[in-house]
Amino acid sequence: MTMQTNAEDLQQQSLSGLFWATCRREYLLSFRRKSDLVNPLIFFLMVATLFPLGVSPEPGFLAQLAPGVVWVAALLATLLSMDALFRSDYEDGSLEQLLLSPQPLFVVVLAKVLAHWSVTGLALTLMAPLLGVMLFLPAEGMPGLMLSLLLGTPTLSLMGAIGAALTVGLRKGGVLISLLVLPLYIPVLIFGSSAVQAAVTGLDLGGYLALLGALLALALGLAPLAISAALRISMSS
Amino acid sequence: MSDHLLTVQNLFCERDDRVLFNRLEFAISAGEIVQIEGQNGSGKTTLLRILSGLSRNYEGDIFWRGTPVSEVREDFCRNLLYFGHQAGVKAVLSPQENLRWYAALSPSIDAAQIDHALEQVGLRGFEDVPCHSLSAGQNRRVSLARLYLSRAPLWILDEPFTAIDKRGVAAKEALLLRHAQQGGSVILTTHHELAIHGPVRKINLDQCAGTSS
Repeated sequence: MTMQTNAEDLQQQSLSGLFWATCRREYLLSFRRKSDLVNPLIFFLMVATLFPLGVSPEPGFLAQLAPGVVWVAALLATLLSMDALFRSDYEDGSLEQLLLSPQPLFVVVLAKVLAHWSVTGLALTLMAPLLGVMLFLPAEGMPGLMLSLLLGTPTLSLMGAIGAALTVGLRKGGVLISLLVLPLYIPVLIFGSSAVQAAVTGLDLGGYLALLGALLALALGLAPLAISAALRISMSS
Repeated sequence: MSDHLLTVQNLFCERDDRVLFNRLEFAISAGEIVQIEGQNGSGKTTLLRILSGLSRNYEGDIFWRGTPVSEVREDFCRNLLYFGHQAGVKAVLSPQENLRWYAALSPSIDAAQIDHALEQVGLRGFEDVPCHSLSAGQNRRVSLARLYLSRAPLWILDEPFTAIDKRGVAAKEALLLRHAQQGGSVILTTHHELAIHGPVRKINLDQCAGTSS
């Protein structure tokens, strides 16, 4: 009995070790390839800069559009960064090694997506108030904006990773990812921007946040399984 | 049958309407070195990918120690070391960082041995240099260092000697022989003339092709 518990302990230890080792590796990789790191952030910032120039610099008008614009920009910036998630692992053969590991793929995939989210989605969330100010979003809307992005962007990353895993074996997968994943992003976009709007008008935003949280819980539980299966299919051809 | 590590029965694989091999049968026992031969495009890499479990694009049966491999996938992966066409080395990471991640991936690898393994493959002094500033051969050596770390009995190696210099190849051949003498098995493809002082079984894929009738 004690032997068995020891073995279970050991396995758990090696699983959390694997999780942190993968996170560490992903951070090292993204901080050494800084262009991948800043690309989505610059895109995010550019949308907010160009929008008033293209539409109208009138504060009242911009304030009305701000929740939607910030959310759409965050969504597209996330989508833009998804293609690179498994691409380099596929090209240099690390993905083969990952699939042949006796460790559960679920753990590695989850670590990869979470590490990816913390350098894209989390960074976008932290940058969002700046964009809100640039687009004259009222100060009451800021907590709603931050909270909805904090709950929404991990869902975007997890769903986007399914598309990235399915298209990793294709030479030009970037366009296909958008087609596959955008329909799945729509509920997150609707609830996210509605939460910001509710915050601006002073309504209760608990309901929207609860829905975003439910989507996140669902994605957190199911997406790693789908990503693992998709990776096996992509590598099997 | 169970004294064989890996048994292949009636294996058939087709790619782009071309039969690569049909009714391919062989068994690999402990202590054997098997070289898969064949011209370019004869399906050597495809066969190794099927054996390792990466590709499911085949018909037939593969047994690991007498049990179908799909039923004992985890046990099989624990006992397998696969060295693919691409070395699996991240260019922006140093050799040490690359191997540390492999140590986390397979629990049988001892992370404390990494420096020793890098010394064995002649990369001493390059432990902390990013791999993009190493040569092609040195990059392959980073991945080959896994052979010194692993305790898996079954090695599947796809062109392990590409871009490796003569002395390096001799050292790797000695390592393969030692692995076989200790009861491990090696399946490899190479276009290089093997100079292993021991029995090497050869399986030629050219004879298996196109007999789809």
